[in-house]
Amino acid sequence: MSTKIAVLSGKGGTGKTTVAVNLAYTLSHKYTVQLLDADVEEPNSHLFFDFNDEIREEKVSLMIPKVDPEKCTKCGLCGQECQFGAINVYDSGVLVFKNLCHGCGVCSLVCPENAIQEVPKELGVIRFNKTENGISFGEGILNVGEISGVKVISKLKQNYDNSDVIIIDSPPGSSCPVVETLRGIDHALVVTEDSAFGLHDMETVITILQEMGISYSIIINKDRDDSKNDKHSKIFEQKYSDTIALRIPLDQKIANLHSNGQLFVKEYPYIANQILELYHHIIEEKRSV
Amino acid sequence: MKTKQVAIISGKGGTGKTTLAGSLSVLFDNHVIADCDVDSSNMHLILKPKINETIQYKAGHKAEIVENKCIGCGKCQEVCRYNAISKKNNGKYTVDPFACEGCKACVLVCPTKAVDFVLNHPGDYYTSDTKYGPFVHAELKPGEEMSGGLVAQVRKRALKMAVDGRKATVIIDGAPGIGCPATSSLTGTDYAVLVTEPTVSGIHDMERMMEVIKHFKIPFSVVINRFDINDLKTLEIEKFCLSKNIPIIGKIPFDRKVNIANSNEYPIVEIKNSKATKSIQAIYKKLKAQIDQI
Repeated sequence: MSTKIAVLSGKGGTGKTTVAVNLAYTLSHKYTVQLLDADVEEPNSHLFFDFNDEIREEKVSLMIPKVDPEKCTKCGLCGQECQFGAINVYDSGVLVFKNLCHGCGVCSLVCPENAIQEVPKELGVIRFNKTENGISFGEGILNVGEISGVKVISKLKQNYDNSDVIIIDSPPGSSCPVVETLRGIDHALVVTEDSAFGLHDMETVITILQEMGISYSIIINKDRDDSKNDKHSKIFEQKYSDTIALRIPLDQKIANLHSNGQLFVKEYPYIANQILELYHHIIEEKRSV
Repeated sequence: MKTKQVAIISGKGGTGKTTLAGSLSVLFDNHVIADCDVDSSNMHLILKPKINETIQYKAGHKAEIVENKCIGCGKCQEVCRYNAISKKNNGKYTVDPFACEGCKACVLVCPTKAVDFVLNHPGDYYTSDTKYGPFVHAELKPGEEMSGGLVAQVRKRALKMAVDGRKATVIIDGAPGIGCPATSSLTGTDYAVLVTEPTVSGIHDMERMMEVIKHFKIPFSVVINRFDINDLKTLEIEKFCLSKNIPIIGKIPFDRKVNIANSNEYPIVEIKNSKATKSIQAIYKKLKAQIDQI
């Protein structure tokens, strides 16, 4: 059984992708790894690898209503029951607002004349291939103009392979796309940064993890020596010292490597070792459950 | 005088939206500030608001199955397209509130009317005073959806306060990404500032965000944050913007004082002579000139 690890953050830009890609690379020397980028609004993990296989691509669609004007009696039931304001009935006909539709099927469910057919509308794609270093890679990409990536994420997650480790780069924030990403996960790595913002947004994400009963460890990125007396550092220390698994220093060289799309662990073997150790803890914990 | 709404946005998170928006909140006068990053709101940490009013944001519904009315027929599960309904050990069904999108399909098909349809309360929003001006902000409960709707409420309230108080500008700290909260932060604004950084991810996300802005036909300019961490990538952004005729209204250097300001929870421009402060002051002047032309 694969060990499924989600990398998430709350606040954007704390280093989710940095951790996800460097974790995938580090573990790929000893284990088979699948890396899935579920940050479908702004997927970036692919920028850190070279690929050699052919891409397999699949469209993700939502089923939206199409009304047959011959059968429609303009009774208005569909418009009354739609909770999202996505279908309106006028004297002149029925209007479907594609961008508001959640694809729930209530309109066709209530239509007494069977006048509503459901047709696919493309929301985005999921893509799969293999990195040069043998990591099985997948990503979801939400089309520009679409409002929710939840469906793309769930479709992406239906494509787990049998790798030893499955790493998921999660979207930022703490709303429903994050919950969708976390379903069925064994362990979450919460990446935060050494700042009051990082602490605040991390705590929101931890609330979700606790509610979903998912075990987690904290990674503090952009860790500074001169923050020890700051209010947020004291809270990190007092409340979370047992769960802080790794600190990545605020370091111009790491920032520069990452900005060029390079994997910083290649130059920082001591952090690679700490990552391996962290992973061994996660497997042990999974066994003991 | 028409109140102008200015959105600070980014696509990629963590590029420095809130750092810039927080500082602009100090530099502008006669304005209202709106934090639209309701998922991970941070502006209140540096603006230290005194809350005057808390408004409950109620939107959408969630299904709840009343156990003693449920006969275990499973019709609700059949029609649910969000995998939100599962069977319990006792043969009755239950709804996962995190997965439920509130579409009502289960309510409509239940033969014993066992499914309640409860009005949802995904979060609250607040009107506050800060030493820099009036401030509207919000808190979305963890795991909730409808954040785009909450953003719209924050915007509406901020605009009303600005118009009633004869304020010239609304400064909006936008939500990251390109989805619903991001587009709700952007739609109908008069001007947008797209904050990016010289990294492969920053450039990739900036390009996607530009497609969204183009769709809304909003005039905008670019700010490159921490421009000196990668000179080549900064050059790449400059060339890209030049080729598309997009103005760059400023570049902010990497400055550890920004980390210190954020750490101690005040806007960076409160540190008067820092490198970052000087560049943000220059951005403010150019931005003000741009907005005055609209």
